[in-house]
Order: sequence, then C-alpha cells, then structure tokens
Amino acid sequence: MTGGPPGVPEAPPMLTGSRVYRIHWVLGTDRLRAVCHCGAERTFDEPVELWEWLLAHPDGHTAAGPPTPRPPVREPATASA
Amino acid sequence: MSAIARNQWYVAAYGSEIGHELFGRTVCSEPILFWRTAAGGVTAVADRCVHRRFPLSQAPSRLVDDQVVCGYHGFTYGSDGKCVAVPGQTRVPRTARLTPYPVVEQDSFVWVWIGDPALADASRIPRAPWLDSPDYTTVCGMEPLAARFSLLVDNLLDLSHETYLHGGYIGTPEVASTPISTEVDDEAGIVYVSRHMDDAQCPPFYERSTGLSGRIARWQDIEYTAPCLYTLHSRIAPVGSVPNPDGTDPDAFHVEVVYAITPETEHSTHDFWAVARDFALDDDGVSRFLAEQNRTVVLQDVEALDVLERVIASEPEGYQELSINIDTGGLAARRMLKRLAAQGAVAQHPAAQEPAVR
Repeated sequence: MTGGPPGVPEAPPMLTGSRVYRIHWVLGTDRLRAVCHCGAERTFDEPVELWEWLLAHPDGHTAAGPPTPRPPVREPATASA
Repeated sequence: MSAIARNQWYVAAYGSEIGHELFGRTVCSEPILFWRTAAGGVTAVADRCVHRRFPLSQAPSRLVDDQVVCGYHGFTYGSDGKCVAVPGQTRVPRTARLTPYPVVEQDSFVWVWIGDPALADASRIPRAPWLDSPDYTTVCGMEPLAARFSLLVDNLLDLSHETYLHGGYIGTPEVASTPISTEVDDEAGIVYVSRHMDDAQCPPFYERSTGLSGRIARWQDIEYTAPCLYTLHSRIAPVGSVPNPDGTDPDAFHVEVVYAITPETEHSTHDFWAVARDFALDDDGVSRFLAEQNRTVVLQDVEALDVLERVIASEPEGYQELSINIDTGGLAARRMLKRLAAQGAVAQHPAAQEPAVR
C-alpha cells in the first residue's frame, strides 16, 4: 500500500487478496483517499466519483492524480456504483 | 432483470428448524420443501407436486417414512425427488420428479444452492464457525422483511444508522461520528468496513452483557461476503486496551453478530440474525438479554425498511439519491451484487447479452 499524507495513520489492511481496493477516510477531514490494487491513489470528496475512478482501472491509474474537489453528485439510484 | 443473483448459496433455514416433518420456505422466488431424513441429513426439493402444483409442504400432504405424499392426489416422492407412485396406475411417468436442490448443513445454517446444480461447489460457502463453536454461546432468530434484500445490505453495511435508529440499544453518538475504512476484494466477493472507536460511550447492549460501563474501546469490523453472509466482528474493551501482537485479546469481549440475508422474492427477505459471544457462556440471563435486545434492534430495522420498500416501490424508475462518505462500503456491495446478478442472469439465459456492469 502506498503511504498517505504525513501524520495520518493508515487503517491496517484486513483483506489479503491480490486485487483489493482500499478506501481511507482521511482523519480530521471529510475526504476519502482511494488506493487501487495497482498502487495508484487519489483523494475524493464523495464515494460515487471515487468508485467510478477506482473501477476505471487501469484508465487514469498510472500515477496518483491531483485532488479534484467537486460538489456531491446526485444521480439515479439505479446507476450508483 | 432480476436483482437476485443466481448460481449462489443462500441460507434457507437454521438446522434446528428442519426436523422429520415437512417444511416449506421460498428462497429467491423458488418454493422449496425441506425435511430431515431418517439418516439425519437435510433434503431439499421443489415444493410443488408435478401433477397439479399442489404445495407439498401444505397439509394434508404428509411425510411417510422418507417419502412425501401429496395431499391432493397422492403422488409420492422419495427424498431425491423422484416420483415412486401415482394413483390408479402402475406406470410412473418418466419425467415425474421434483427438482432436487444441492443443500449443505454448516455452522448451524442450512445452505441451499440456487442455480445450475452442476456449478454448486460447497467449498465456496462462507463460514460462520462461531455459531456452533463450544467457545461461544449464540442466540439467534429470523424476522420476515417486506423489503428487497438490497435495502438490508445497505442498512448493515453502514452502521452509522445505529446512532439514530437504534439509540438506547446499540447506538451512541460515536458510531455516526467515527470515520471508517473500507476494503473490497472483488475476486473473493468481500466488502470489509472498519470503524474503530477507541473512546466511546458504552451502549446498554454491551453495558449489561459485559459489565463494562462508562467509556470503552468499541471496534466494529464488518465482513460481508456477497450475496448472503454478513458478520460484524464486534470488540468491546476497556479504553486503551488493544489485542496482543500474537492475536490474543484477553481484556476484550468479542461478539460476532451474524446475518444471513436471503431474498424470499424480489421484494421480500428472510432476515436471519445471530449473536455469538465469547464471554458469560453459561449465563442464561445474558443470553435472554442479548436475544431480546437484538431482536428489538432487528425489528427496528424491519419497520424502517418495510416503510422504505413501500416508498421506493412507489417511486418512478431512476429516482434520485445522494451518497456520502458513510456509504462507501454500501456502494461497493451494491456494485458487487449487481455484477453477481448479471452473471447469474447470463448463465441462466446465455443468449442474453451481459449488461455492462463493472
């Protein structure tokens, strides 16, 4: 797993598979940090956009992208994640 | 397309529910007949007579030794589902057979395979070993839910609702205010959500059962194996206590809260619940308290989800909802269930093109 922001402890990994997605709630913030099984990681403001990015692997997963704050997304329930 | 995933194992009953008498339960919209044979095993076959569809679990159908006799016209079947006698003639039609279901009794549950029997692999059944372990004492029950099973998955994957829906039982302010971490293993079909509260108010559920009071360390680790089995590994300990490096954890109380989430139909669910504890093993008072408390909590969920089902069923397709951080694990489970349902639908109707679900 790649390291998080300095001073933010990682939750210990519990699943041991080779293709595990991990999402950390960055302590002291409202942000979520997504870590793909390929090592790419990116920070998000809400989980729908986060899952879209994670599941697009390998598209856009070559390097940790910059944070892209956006307002929460309202979307049809049948289309969510 | 159905939201129910086929080619999966589902919990149909507790083993204790199945005796040497006819027992009917609908699983994934399939009516199934169970009984325990004289040899002690559980048998599962279609709960409809091949003649005129009379339910074989319905009186006056009856069990005679290990054969079920239809209460309408007397068609008689063996425990493998094969028809052995019909009224008024000696020739039994070759196709007269109740569809048999692969069935496995494990960890106090009766698991049934819904789908192509050739694909049934018992080693894929997720485990809940606490439920019949001598190191734990378990209380359990099952409540009918008039809501689609995905609403219960949503509910259980996000425990922040405990603070609001279950205040005074298992909810305290810290549950909703403590961040979670989420892990998803698509290949294994597991969603894991952790919420570790290191300094939290002790809720009545644990105060009266463990004897701890005031502030506690309360860890919630959800392990959901789609589609059916959910376990909340709950750790209750004095503030500051952590497990030893070797995994032993002598200062903590451990409770495994197990749910089997089994679709009855597209819009109703069997809500199996069990609470297994590794303390006060012989204390009947603690057992009674936990059983009564957890059933109350489950019924609070049932009441809320039954309302939600009626609301959603009345909404037009494509209604809007909003997800926030607490929904990270629930969204992962939804996506996994959608993928499993699509795979099962393709297996059942290969000509149909698989929907694009990642």
